[in-house]
Formats: sequence, structure tokens, C-alpha cells
Amino acid sequence: MSTDYPNELRYTKEHEWARIEGNRATIGITKFAVESLGDITQVDLPKEGEEIRKDAVFGSVESVKAVSDLFAPCTGKVVKVNDPLNDSPEYVNEDCYDEGWMVQVELKDPKELDALMSAAEYQAYLKEQDAG
Amino acid sequence: MSDRSTKSGTPIETRQLLHTSRPIFEQGAPGRTGASLPPCDVPAVDEKVALGALARDAAPGLPEVSEVEVTRHFTRLSRWNYAIDIGLYPLGSCTMKYNPKVNEKVARMPGFAGLHPAQAESTLEGALELMWRLERCLCELGGFQRVTLQPAAGAQGELAGVMMIRAYHADRGQRRTKVLIPDSAHGTNPASCTLNGFEVVSLKTGSDGLLHADVVREAIAANPNDVAAIMITNPSTLGLFEEHLGEIADVVHEAGGLVYMDGANFNALLGKVRPGEAGVDVMHINLHKTFTTPHGGGGPGSGVVGVGARLEPFLPTPTVEKAPGPGDKYRLEYHRPKSIGRMRSWFGNFGMFVRAYTYIREMGGPGLTQATEMAVLNANYVRARLAEVYSLAYDKPSMHEVVFTDKKLKKETGVQTLDVAKRLMDFGYHPPTIYFPLPAVTGGAGALMIEPTETETPETLDAFCDAMTAISVEAHQDPAIAHAAPLNTAMRRLDETHAARHPKLRWSRD
Repeated sequence: MSTDYPNELRYTKEHEWARIEGNRATIGITKFAVESLGDITQVDLPKEGEEIRKDAVFGSVESVKAVSDLFAPCTGKVVKVNDPLNDSPEYVNEDCYDEGWMVQVELKDPKELDALMSAAEYQAYLKEQDAG
Repeated sequence: MSDRSTKSGTPIETRQLLHTSRPIFEQGAPGRTGASLPPCDVPAVDEKVALGALARDAAPGLPEVSEVEVTRHFTRLSRWNYAIDIGLYPLGSCTMKYNPKVNEKVARMPGFAGLHPAQAESTLEGALELMWRLERCLCELGGFQRVTLQPAAGAQGELAGVMMIRAYHADRGQRRTKVLIPDSAHGTNPASCTLNGFEVVSLKTGSDGLLHADVVREAIAANPNDVAAIMITNPSTLGLFEEHLGEIADVVHEAGGLVYMDGANFNALLGKVRPGEAGVDVMHINLHKTFTTPHGGGGPGSGVVGVGARLEPFLPTPTVEKAPGPGDKYRLEYHRPKSIGRMRSWFGNFGMFVRAYTYIREMGGPGLTQATEMAVLNANYVRARLAEVYSLAYDKPSMHEVVFTDKKLKKETGVQTLDVAKRLMDFGYHPPTIYFPLPAVTGGAGALMIEPTETETPETLDAFCDAMTAISVEAHQDPAIAHAAPLNTAMRRLDETHAARHPKLRWSRD
């Protein structure tokens, strides 16, 4: 399971992950999200320079099944966007933690990330959801 | 193959010849035409001279076909269609109701069918009376003060409703920016708010699938004096009655907000609940769902909107008024200073008003109530018969539709919602709505949302449930069949991912 949910990432209940490097966080969606969505056909992301707010919708992913909102794990200014997803949304399916990353933000308040789950906590959360 | 032994009571079993048809652009021959036109008496124009750079380089390549080729092409394609007049159409949330034929008979009466909306108002009086009477019926059923018939469909009804909410707050000198929407609402609701410049605050439904007043209280506390309204779909997209609607309405009203109810599922409440009396300020009703006018290619929609006293001044113009004085005289009223204005040209989709009014009068009050009861009974019958076969999204009595998921089936067989939907076609049914409500609302599992509607017989419901059961049994024995389905349709399983990622939206000769 550990490679399904890398230990160095932090996770949200909405199935996003955040990789923290200094005062920046890279954001994407988890393997569980990808598997529930199925083949992703479009990814809508904010533009560079835009502000995203913790827990607010910052974009959406469309799959053959549905359009789902993306919820920001933290507040910050978007400094990089994974533009290749425009033409190749399949990167999210193929490699959701690396090539399939979505945006990178400059953190406004790094403390916000303390509320996110660790890999172990997230997997326990998934198990609990499945049982429910 | 055909069996004509009807005298013994054996049903006729015929398999028709179905023809494929190439795109019409690839049929015909150069110069062929279906119409004989007289010689052109307009002098020829050199379009390069007349239009300059705007002149096109080549003719547009329209089909050159005979009348019989056109007729056969479209008739052949039409025979691939599935329709409510062919069989059960269990498309949850879409409410594919049977369209009674009497509606069509009345709509074709020359006095209705031959009307032109630009006729002098004094010659439109019968039509105005029908609109006035329909409005009174809908007010009675919904518990509203007035109803505008203008919006062309449900989404435009929502737009009109939210525009009235915006006008209401503006009229009170308030600028409110947020609208609360539970995650079990119809997907069009957030779009209607965004179009009106509102920001959507998404509310989570509880573990019982319902929206709770505390969640609403929290959202209002987090956005003080900024909540313009709540938009709540009732029954929700989970097919559940929002039991706390009254309390939620009180909470929103106390905070100065308004309550919008998405009434697309009003067919589950007709004759049982008057939303206007449960604190709802504005609600759209889909005549093409609840009131049996054609739906989905069969005709234009009609998303009429009912309002209570707070929003009455903001209704679109014109309204139909009964003139004071003796006799039944009706007229159009354009003078409504606070109106949001017109929602569309003319007076709405009038043909739908005739059909809906015919249905209401044909059924009468008790008949409409019985239709509601039958719709709810049928959904619960399907729920009970398939509860052990598929997983229930929420183990509560359903309203007019029931949501199953593939949770158990997928774990046991690998067969998932999409496969079940495709396999159902092989059994002769239109698939239900799938993957809606969203996985976020159904615990990550793929939803199958089934709405049988009130007109289906027990035999039809049993046959459908037998098919659903057979698909599950077969999946446990040989999942490959469902993965490959449909096997008996004109087109086999299409590559939906490829179609979505690389859409080919226009035919071209190469």
C-alpha cells in the first residue's frame, strides 16, 4: 500500500495530496480518487498568479463518469500549473503523484497543513469509508 | 423471423430488419436534388466581386440527395431509437414519463395549433385564459402566490428564480454574495448561481443522506449577512425527502436569506406537499417531467417558476391577468416596475402549457395524488426487489426514484456500474442514470439511479428487476460478458474515453 499512498505526502478527506517543499506545496489527486473517477478526459485548473483558498474549490476533473470538484488543501498563490494536462489528461490516470500533479502554490500559512492526514491516517480513513 | 399465430393468443414475435445508414453527406450523387425549382430569374452575381475576401473558396458541400434518400436515411436512423412508447425508460432524475396521447390531441386543436404569438392580443384570449388557468392550478399544487410560465426549460427556470433572488436583495439595498447548495442537489444549481454572480458554498449531506439544519447554521455563521439563499433539491438526487426542510427554511429566513427549491422532482410530492407552505420562496417545476409534456427530443421543455409573496414583484413580464369587471376577460400585463424583465421571446413554450393543462384536468386533484403515490410505490417496489442484489446507497424508503451502487457487485465480480448499464441494453431496456449522484455522495461507489415512474405495470417492473438480477447472477458466473456488453445492439461498446479526449465534432470529407 505504501507506494499507492507515498509517505512523504499529506492527504485531504476530499482525496487530494500535497507535497511540501519549503514554502511551496505541489497538489494533485490520490490513487483512490483516480480509481473512482475512471478515465480522466479533462482537467480544469486555475491560472498562474491566482489565489486558491483552503477547502474551497480550485478546479475540476472530468472523467467518463462525472465532473468532480477539486478542493484546495491549503491557501496560497498559484506559482506553477501542470499545463501538459490540457492535452494529456491521461497523465493523471497513469501517474497521479508525479506526471499527473496539478498546481504548485506558494503557501500563505504553512501551519494549515498540520490539519492534513499522513499516509497512514489517510489509508485508515479510506478503510473506514469503505466499511461505512 | 415472424410468428403470426395471434388467434391462439400467442404474442407476435417479430425481429425487424434494421438498416445501417452512411452519413447523408456520403450518399447521393453530384447534382441530384429532391426538389424541382423553377429557373432562377435573378441575374447571376460574381460572388468574388460582391463579397471580396468573404467569398468562400468552394461550395459548402451540402448533401445532394433525392427525397426518398432523405426519407429513408432519417427513418432508418429513427428506428435505432429507444423511446418511452417502446419500453421502460428508468432514467433516474430525468423523469421519462409516459406522454398521454390526449395531450397531443388537444394541442393539435386548430384554435391552439394555429395561433401566432404576434396576433392582436384581443384575438388571443382563449390562449391567455388557458395560461391563467394553468397558473392557478400550479399555484394551488405548489402553494405559491404566482407562477411565471416563461422559462423555456428547467435550467432557465433556475436562472429566472436566482435572478429574482438577486433582484430581491438589491431592492432591499443588500449585497449578498453566497448561495448554499447541498452536495445532493441537481448539478445545474451551481451553474445558475454562478451565472448570477453568486459564489456557491457546498454543504455536506449527513450519513443518512439528508441535509441537516446544523450544517446550514454553520455555513451561515461562517458567512454572516452574506448568504443570499439556499438551493435545495427536494426530493434530493438520492431520491430522499429532505425531512428537515421546514427547519432549514426557518434558519435561512432568520438570516435574511431566501429558499429556492429545485422542483424537478415535484412529481414525488404532487398532491402531498405544497412547498410554498413549507417555507419555499421560489421553485421551478418542469412541465416536461411532472406534467407529462414530451421530454428529451420529443419537444421543447418548460421550466415554469412559482414564487411566494417576497418575490412576486420581481416576476418576469408580461404576466397574464384576469381583467376586472363582468365576464372572463384576460390580458397581458407589462407594467411591473420591479420585474427582472423578459426571460425569452413571446410567452414561453405555449404548446407545453396546453399539454400540461390537459393532463391536470384529465387527472383531477385525486388523480394527480394517485400518480404521486404510484410513482413512489413503483420506486420502492424496485428498491425492495433489488435491495439484496445490488447495494443501496442509503437504506431508507425512497421517494420516486431509488439509488443503488455497484459497491458489492464490483468487489465480488469486478463488474461495475457502466457494465451493468451496457448489459441492460441487451435485455431490451434503456439504461438508468449512472454515476449520478456523484461518487462523493455515494461513498465512492458508482451509482445506478432508477426512476420507474407511475405508469409502469407490476409485470413490467418484475421483468426489469428480473433482468437486473440476471445481470448480477451472470456477473458472478462469467464477468467477461458484462465487460463486453452490449452484444445485441446495432453498435457495440464505444470507446468513450477516446471520444471524450479526441472528439470529432464535425464530419469532413477526408
